[in-house]
Amino acid sequence: MSDCHDCGSCALATAPAPARQTAPPHVVAIIGPPNSGKSTLFNRLTGLRQKVANFPGVTVEQRVGKAKMNGHREVILVDLPGVYSLNPRSEDEQVTRDVLTGHMQDVPKPDAVLLILDSTNLGRHLVLAAPILSLKLPTLVILNMADDLSSRGGKIDTGELASQLGAPVALISASKGNGVEKVFQFMLGTSAGTTSLAPPKMELPILQDVPRCRQWARDVGIGAAYQAPTPPLWTRRLDSVFLHPVIGPLIFLAVVAGVFQTIFRGAKPLMDGLQKLVQLSGHWIGNVLPEGVIRSLLVEGVWNGVGSVIVFLPQILLLFLFIGILEDSGYLARAALIADRTMAKFGLQGKSFIPLLSAYACAVPAIMATRTIESKRDRLATILIAPFMTCSARLPIYFLIIAAFIKERPFLGPFLGTQAAALLGLYALGFLAAIVTARLLKSSILKSERTPFMLEMPPYRMPTLRSLFLRMYDRSKVFLHRAGTVILICAVVLWILAHLPLENGKAPDISNSYAGMIGHTIEPVIKPLGFNWKIGIGLISSIAARETIVATFGTIYGMEGTSDSVGLQQALQKELTPGGAFALLIFFAFAMQCMSTIAVVRRETGGWKWPAIQFAYMTLVAYVCALVTNVAVRSGLFT
Amino acid sequence: MVQLSVNKDAAGRDHPAAPQTLAHLKSGESGVLDRLDLPEDVARRLMELGFLPGHTVVPARSAPGGEPRVYQVDGSEVALRRETALHLILRPPSKDPCTVPQI
Repeated sequence: MSDCHDCGSCALATAPAPARQTAPPHVVAIIGPPNSGKSTLFNRLTGLRQKVANFPGVTVEQRVGKAKMNGHREVILVDLPGVYSLNPRSEDEQVTRDVLTGHMQDVPKPDAVLLILDSTNLGRHLVLAAPILSLKLPTLVILNMADDLSSRGGKIDTGELASQLGAPVALISASKGNGVEKVFQFMLGTSAGTTSLAPPKMELPILQDVPRCRQWARDVGIGAAYQAPTPPLWTRRLDSVFLHPVIGPLIFLAVVAGVFQTIFRGAKPLMDGLQKLVQLSGHWIGNVLPEGVIRSLLVEGVWNGVGSVIVFLPQILLLFLFIGILEDSGYLARAALIADRTMAKFGLQGKSFIPLLSAYACAVPAIMATRTIESKRDRLATILIAPFMTCSARLPIYFLIIAAFIKERPFLGPFLGTQAAALLGLYALGFLAAIVTARLLKSSILKSERTPFMLEMPPYRMPTLRSLFLRMYDRSKVFLHRAGTVILICAVVLWILAHLPLENGKAPDISNSYAGMIGHTIEPVIKPLGFNWKIGIGLISSIAARETIVATFGTIYGMEGTSDSVGLQQALQKELTPGGAFALLIFFAFAMQCMSTIAVVRRETGGWKWPAIQFAYMTLVAYVCALVTNVAVRSGLFT
Repeated sequence: MVQLSVNKDAAGRDHPAAPQTLAHLKSGESGVLDRLDLPEDVARRLMELGFLPGHTVVPARSAPGGEPRVYQVDGSEVALRRETALHLILRPPSKDPCTVPQI
């Protein structure tokens, strides 16, 4: 860490803010190019006091947090998307511009700006300083990765840079925390209104002209005696392994397999434990409360419904731990590079790879993870195919039907039994449906745009525990909130439908309940698939979430919960023909039975159009394929 | 590529064809970017990533199968597909050796 030259920021830190209670919160925006360490700084300044939302009316993510100001005037930090310029071409750039100029609805105009740049790549990153400084807001220019800069032999005169730009400059390392106090000093200074803007020595360039902006940045760098660091040696060395023609793909496959294995095997004990906990606490509530409507609603409705979501939390946490490690370390960009050629065959690109991998756990975080894809159409295509991937919510019904209808026999020698082969086949089917759909989409409605694939390779870095923890915390909060509210409502609605109308003051037989009536109503439609009205109720209830079908079967067949799965298997063997059973598997492989996914697609695509098309398409595919399966099995094609 | 064989300079004289676009650079070679033969918004985006006329570009590692390839340019590394690299035209190597110094 080099010593402090930034007279600019020291000077403005001298007057501490008088804690005025009536003052409105001071709003500070953080802006910087991708890979500048913006999120690291944001996390460093706010800790857990942050939340994720969308900017109103657009799909761009907004992170807002409160800075830890130790009793001084409250400072609200707004994390803006990573951009290279303010030319409003992409939605990200438009949003950034609107927020900074005070044109974003419901977001107050920032009182000050933290411009964060990578000090090891200053020539290129300084280009963003031109449009930001021309906004004439109090701005602190933060040069991040100071530790990298000095260890790789780079230098900068921050005092001189400050006078060149007419703005205070702070050289920091956001991941290690060195120099972050200067950022706090700046925020204290601006919130007390003690800043005055000095005119820049270097006149700002014409913003529309990229070569001229780059020339300006070069001149500023020369003026500030900037010495670029030597190339990152470790990154070159690691790339010679990770991007090796033979070893590279092998490592890639090992990483993918490792992620898979951990999400399923590693999460299993945790999930089983949570499941037990939910069941036990359900029993406990059942024992404490007197028998009656309230108990039934709470235990069968609320507890089972919410519990069915909570058990997926370990998978979500592990998934985001992995994505966090891959992304923060820099490997994710290499994985996207390796996957690009294969993904291109389906009309997608390398950046679609991680969301699709995530979708094996759950489509909701996968769809949120598509935000890294810049090309609108590629992103939309990825969102539309992600729910075809076999998510873990399909597993309960898969396990149940396979156990009830497929006899365990050796299939491929001793390694693979028929039951495991059936499960693998269902995974393959989902993947196949996804890539066929991707091809269809990219050769039809999502065809015209051709955004070239451009991917910046960040240097490898050691992920910090702090950022990994914050990421997991943040995403699990979003997941639990969104999925929990939807499932809670649906569980309660289903419970009410299954318990009304009252017959002689008591809950009716399921066949006479509203749920039963709905089941009977749709029976003609699903009969060709080999399903009766009881399966119909299960299908309807599973629109909320796939796993609820097992719980619903439990209720319908008069059993408690899913604990007694052998009893449920026997009931289903009586209820379904083999044709119907296989049709049910196929239906679940393709249908979009998930309220949370529909909700997140609506949010991410900014309207009901795409989730409606997607729901209709997936249901149609599911229906037709289930019909074909039922007919084929019945007529003895598979014996 | 059809235009691989012959290249005319401003005076209309023929040059024997050296590697003309980024896609033709072999590993170990380097080239100086002349212009971006792409729609304006795409060109802008590439320029923001460092692919500016006058900048030296060095091809680095690639994904298995040769593409996309990583290019070192303006202090960073950016991966492009071959279809994009074909539209980044290089200066003829003999002419105009003065490249802009990197800061």
